[in-house]
Amino acid sequence: MSNMTAAAPKTRKGFWENMKARKGQRILVIVLFMIVPLTLLAVFTYIPFFEMIRFSFYNMKYGGQEGTWVGLNNYIEVFKRSECFKSLLVSVYYMGGAVIQLALALFFATMFVFNVKGSGLFKGAMFFPYLICGIAVGFIFKFFYARGYVLDSLLQMFGVPLEEIPYWLQDQRINNISLAATSVWRYMGQNMILFLGAMMSVDTDLYEAASLDGANKWHQFRYIILPSIKSIVVLNLILSISGSLSAFEPPYVITNGTMGTGTYFVIMNRLAHENQKVGLACAMAIVLLAIIVLCTVAQNLFFKYVFNDGTEDESKAAVRAKKRAAKASKRGA
Amino acid sequence: MTIMKMKPTTFLFTVFKYLSIILASIVALLPICVCVLTAFKTTEEYNATSVLDLPASFLYFENFSVALKQANMFRGFLNTGIVLVVVLIVSIFTGSMLAYVLNRFKFKGSGIIHSLFMFASLIPGIATQVTVYQIMYRLHLINHLYGYMIVLMGTDIISIYIFLQFFENLPVSLDESAIMDGCTYFGVFFKILFPLLKPAIVTSLVLKGVGVYNEYYMSNLYLQDKNLKTISTALYTFTGPFGNQYNYICAGVLITIIPIFILFLIFQEQVYSGMAAGAVKG
Repeated sequence: MSNMTAAAPKTRKGFWENMKARKGQRILVIVLFMIVPLTLLAVFTYIPFFEMIRFSFYNMKYGGQEGTWVGLNNYIEVFKRSECFKSLLVSVYYMGGAVIQLALALFFATMFVFNVKGSGLFKGAMFFPYLICGIAVGFIFKFFYARGYVLDSLLQMFGVPLEEIPYWLQDQRINNISLAATSVWRYMGQNMILFLGAMMSVDTDLYEAASLDGANKWHQFRYIILPSIKSIVVLNLILSISGSLSAFEPPYVITNGTMGTGTYFVIMNRLAHENQKVGLACAMAIVLLAIIVLCTVAQNLFFKYVFNDGTEDESKAAVRAKKRAAKASKRGA
Repeated sequence: MTIMKMKPTTFLFTVFKYLSIILASIVALLPICVCVLTAFKTTEEYNATSVLDLPASFLYFENFSVALKQANMFRGFLNTGIVLVVVLIVSIFTGSMLAYVLNRFKFKGSGIIHSLFMFASLIPGIATQVTVYQIMYRLHLINHLYGYMIVLMGTDIISIYIFLQFFENLPVSLDESAIMDGCTYFGVFFKILFPLLKPAIVTSLVLKGVGVYNEYYMSNLYLQDKNLKTISTALYTFTGPFGNQYNYICAGVLITIIPIFILFLIFQEQVYSGMAAGAVKG
């Protein structure tokens, strides 16, 4: 069919035939191009999603046999059970880490805007941790924090006696900080590259012009760099809330969620796959989804009302794009 | 500008700038460098020396060969490689084709489909695996490499977003003039638009490539067979047998890092621009 259409002479009659054939072709394209992604979306996202909602009202295990209806009991348990509730508190550490990470990323991206010799090397060094797989990062830091190993040896080198060094992974006062720090280590460089990309999308002549006009570094940052990336920074801050709730790999590999380091996902994973409390795990997932949806609504409202001063059309378009990409990549992670 | 001509504040700022950047680079690289040192130590040497000491020789490769054998890492590389190639190629085509239809054709339900994909991105990936597992089980996709590939294609929406965003910036006049010339919709997509998608393809290759290479959770759930380990799950098997023998573990860690390090050195610019495009242009 398509060959015929292509070969049709461009007379008036040919044009109408062309249009008619086009209608059929249009349907064919729509169906053919969408069938695979839509099937995948249904089978691996929406069917599991509705199943998850259904399971959350049942007391059930793996293996297929139907569980018993328990109404809202699973949801009540999510908030009553101490390990679930504690895991929400643990995510506060990761949120704090995310804020520090964004601040550092912003700082270093700004430094790179002011010409740095050998910037390729330094950028590469800071970015590279992002490319290392989560399990490897886990091992690296298990080794790094282990008693008497890397971090302790370093501190001893600087004259700190071993007795004064805490147990980085066992001491419940600090072990979540140690773990959140691995996240900062891993993602700071990637954040920096994102910010740097946004900063560089501003006409770089502006920086030179400003410095010729005698603007100091702080003024350059305050009046040229910051406005260009304000939206992306705020967006990342909001995203870090749902990101912190989804923290999984550091505690999973390094401490296996023991000694009070279980994040929401680690606890959920344990309940589902080890304790076989599938219903409760599903309820936890729904609660998490509700929190994420709330954050997204808040984020949209924020951008609608706070940044809507009519001067930032370009940066808002960029943010909309970034939002989609970030959500998508979060989903992929 | 030479140092002599600098104003004192500028000079101080420059010192501060380089000091902070160098410090950050050291912090970023130090944990990896210690792994490099440790990976070259014999077990006796490892037990006797401080972790910060240099190894006696950088030509001691025993740990690497033990690590490769013990965790069957060649197999892991092979599996991860196959998965990467297939998943990346397929998702570039499915993602760009879907984005083409959603962006260029308005039909009944196109808005709903668009929203369905949007909402799907909010559902946390690991959370739904509890129920996805049962679907995988019913479809007999567990313990098959293709099953894992299918679930990776099905649960990752990132390429679709990247392409959707990119299509918004491709003028429709391109399509229209091609159609006037008698081109079919298929021709418009494959001959005219697809070659223009190159930047979006690079972005999605980088973001998805890193994601797939690093993926652990699903490969752990769906590929439990010993011969189906990916590089992440192969590495994870080090938890048991080696205990605190970090000279072997570090060798294993380095084995997984080296390929990505080489790729990064070669494609550094593409990786950065892919990342940045993922943020700014989508």
